[in-house]
Amino acid sequence: MSIDLSQFFQVFFDETEEHLLALETLLLGVDRMAPVGEDLNAIFRAVHSIKGGSATFGFNDMTEVAHVLENLLDRVRKREIILTEEMINAFLEAGDVLRMQLAFHRGQGSVDPDAVQGVQEKLTALASTVGSDSNPIFPVEHASVSVFSGGIKQKVPEPVVQNDPGYGFFDEGQDFFESIREVKPEPDLGYGFFVDPVSSAEVFPVPSSEPVGAGQDSVGSGVKTDPVPERVSWGRRAADRVGTDPSIRVKVEKVDQLINLVGELIITQSMLMQASGPLEEVRHESLKRALGQLERNSRDLQEAILSVRMLPISVVFNRFPRLVRDLAGKMGKQVELKMLGEGTELDKGLIEKISDPLMHLIRNSVDHGIEMPERRHRLHKPSCGMVTLNAYHQGGAVVIEVSDDGGGLPRDKILSKAREQGLPCHDAMTDAEVWNLIFEPGFSTTDQITEVSGRGVGMDVVKRNIHQMGGRIEIDSTVDLGMRTIIRLPLTLAILDGLLVAVGEQVYVLPLISILESVPLTSENLRTISGDGRLLQVRGEYVPLVVLGEKFPVPGDRSLFPENPPIAVIVEAEGHKVAVCVDALLGQQQVVIKSLETHFRRLVGISGATILGDGRVALIVDPAPFVHESRFPQAGVV
Amino acid sequence: MMNQNNPTPAVTANEFLIFTLGSEEYGIDILKVQEIRGYETVTRIANTPDFIKGVINLRGEIVPIVDLRVRFHLGDIRYDEFTVVIILYLVGRLVGMVVDGVSDVLSLTPEQIRPVPGFTATLDTHYLMGLGTLDQRMLILVDIERLVKSEDMALIDKTANE
Repeated sequence: MSIDLSQFFQVFFDETEEHLLALETLLLGVDRMAPVGEDLNAIFRAVHSIKGGSATFGFNDMTEVAHVLENLLDRVRKREIILTEEMINAFLEAGDVLRMQLAFHRGQGSVDPDAVQGVQEKLTALASTVGSDSNPIFPVEHASVSVFSGGIKQKVPEPVVQNDPGYGFFDEGQDFFESIREVKPEPDLGYGFFVDPVSSAEVFPVPSSEPVGAGQDSVGSGVKTDPVPERVSWGRRAADRVGTDPSIRVKVEKVDQLINLVGELIITQSMLMQASGPLEEVRHESLKRALGQLERNSRDLQEAILSVRMLPISVVFNRFPRLVRDLAGKMGKQVELKMLGEGTELDKGLIEKISDPLMHLIRNSVDHGIEMPERRHRLHKPSCGMVTLNAYHQGGAVVIEVSDDGGGLPRDKILSKAREQGLPCHDAMTDAEVWNLIFEPGFSTTDQITEVSGRGVGMDVVKRNIHQMGGRIEIDSTVDLGMRTIIRLPLTLAILDGLLVAVGEQVYVLPLISILESVPLTSENLRTISGDGRLLQVRGEYVPLVVLGEKFPVPGDRSLFPENPPIAVIVEAEGHKVAVCVDALLGQQQVVIKSLETHFRRLVGISGATILGDGRVALIVDPAPFVHESRFPQAGVV
Repeated sequence: MMNQNNPTPAVTANEFLIFTLGSEEYGIDILKVQEIRGYETVTRIANTPDFIKGVINLRGEIVPIVDLRVRFHLGDIRYDEFTVVIILYLVGRLVGMVVDGVSDVLSLTPEQIRPVPGFTATLDTHYLMGLGTLDQRMLILVDIERLVKSEDMALIDKTANE
C-alpha cells in the first residue's frame, strides 16, 4: 500500500517555510535575559514539526539538522541551559541551513555541505559546553511561582488525578487554574512582576503528577534527555490555544476566479440598474427596491472577496529584523529596527513585489544611512541607530515609509557624482530634484562598493518596481538627521481608482493616483511655443499639454460637448507633470482592471482596460509615455 | 509560386463553418469557433490598423474585433442587425471576426478540397488551406489561426508571436 507521498510535498514545503519563518521571528523576538516559556515552546514546536515532516517525507538531511537543533532547544526550553546570544545566532544559522535544504528539495539552488556540517558542529559544541555551567536555572522564578500560585498548584493536580466529582471546592480550584492557563494573565493578576513566572508556571506544573522539585532535579543530572510523553502533551496543549484561528489553504487562482466572477456580477448588476432607470418608480417599486438590495449585496460581496487577497504587510516586514541584525552585525553598527502598522493590509500580489524594493531601501539605510557609533556619538545622537518601517492607509493608497536617523543624503556628493556620470543636473536644482537623481540608472554615491549595497544597480530598480506596481516613490532627507523614503501604492492590483474622462464618444480612465488637479482650458492659460509646442500655465508654472484625442485619434464626432471648454487634467508620472486635455470629466469610479494583452496586445499609453457600468469597455490611460514624450520629444513615443 | 514555398497544409479538419464576405464564401475549421454573436458597439482603439474595429466585453474578457471585410477590401461595409461576429478561440486567445453572414456548417472530404493555385490577391495564399468544392460552390478554406497570428494583423505582440 505504497502511497505516493510526493503529492503532499507541496504542503510540506509550504508548512516548513512557515515554520522556519515562525522560528526566525520568535528567535529574534525572544528576550535573552528573560525568555518567556511560551516562546521557547513555540520555537521548539516549530523545529519539532520540521523534523517530523522531513523525516516523514524522507528528507533525511533536514531531519539531521533539525534533530540537533531540537535537542539543544529542548534543553533550553526546560531551562537546563541558559539561552545566550551565541545560541540565538547558531539557531538562526541552523534555520538558514534548513531553508537552504528546503530550497534544494524544491529544486531551487543547491546545498552547501560545509554550512550544514558547520552548523551541526556548532550546535553540538554549544550543547556540550553549556551543559556544565547550567546550574543557575532561574531559582528565583521558581520560588516566586510557588509563592504566587502555590495554593492552587498543590490542590489542582489532585482533583485531576483522583477525578473526584463530589467536591465543589476542588472544581472551583480547577476552574481557577484553568482560567490562569487559558486566559493570559491580566496585569493585575501578577502585578507585572509575576507575568513571566506565570507563563513559565503554565509550562511546568501542567503535566501534573510531577512535582516542581523533580524538574529541578533533572536539571543537574540530565544532559541527554529522552523525549518524555509530557513533552508531547505540552506542545499539544499550547497548540490547541494557537489553533483557535482556523484557516484553509486556497490556490490563488481560485481566489482570482472569484474576483473575476464578482466583477462580472457587479457589471451585470449595474446593467440591470441602468435598464431599470426609465421604469416608473411607483409602479415598479418592489423591483426597484430589490435592485437596490442587489447593488448593496454585490458591493459587499466584492469587498469581502477582495479582502481575501489582502494580507497584512507584516508578512513582508517580518523578514527585516533578521536582515537588519545581520547587516548591523557585519558592519559593526548598532541598529534598531522599529516597525509600525504591520497590520496594514494590501494585495497579495503587491506584497510579493514590495519585498525586494523594501529590502533594498533598508539595506541602504543600514549601510549608508546609519553612521558608525563613534560618529553618531560625536553628533550627539544615540549610538544605536534607528531604522523605522511604517505602513498606513492614506486615502485609497497604502503608504510605506522607510526612514532612518542616519546621515541623510549628501547633496553636494550626489551633484558631483551626477555630473561625473553625465546626468543632467545643475547647482540650482531643488533638493527634491537632487534626491531624484539617485533613481537614475547606474547612480551610486558610495566611494567603495560594499558587500551590502553600492553597486549602483538599486535605486533605479526600486523605482521601476514601484512604478510597475502603480505606485510612487519620494525621498525626504536632511543632513545628519536622516532620510525618509515614502512609497505610495494602490490598495490592490485588481482595482484602480480612476477618473472617467470623455474624448469624443470614447471614454478613457485616468488613474486617480497620478492626477494632481484639473483646470478648464481657456485661451488665457494656453500658451504656445513656436506655434505647436503647447503649454498650460498654472499658477505661474508651465506644464506641457497633450491632447488625448490627438494621441488617440479615432474616427468619430469630436464635438460631443461643444458648450463646455476642454478640460486639462494635470497628471504626474515619473516625477514630471503633464497636462492631458480631454473633452469632459465624467466622474470618479473604482474600476476593475482587465488585461488587454490576454487576447490582444500591448498598446503604448494604455495600461489596460476596464468594463463600465453599461458593459462597454473603457481603456485605462498610462500617462507615463506622455511625460516621456514631452521631455524627450525626439523619441516620439506615442 | 507560393505553393512551392508553402505546400498546402494537410487538411485535418473536415467540418467547416461557412461564412460570407461580399459574394465569396469562406470556410474555417469549426473547432476553432467558440461562438457566434451579433455585432455590438465596440470601444475603438487608436493607432491601430483600420480593420481592427476595437475591443468588446465578452463576459468579462476584453476581446479584439477584426473586420475581415475591411481586411480583404470587400466593399459595402455596413453594420446592422445582420452583421455577425464569429468569436474564435485560438491557442488561448479570443478574437472576434466580423463577417457578412454565417451560412452553413459543412463536412468536406479530402477529395473535395483542391490545392490553391498561385495567384496574387489581397488574401495571401499563405493563409489558405485549399479550395473546397461543393456542387457549384467554391469555398475558400482559410487557415484562420495562421491568419490571425500573422504579423500584419497586428493582433499579437511580436514577442508573443514567437
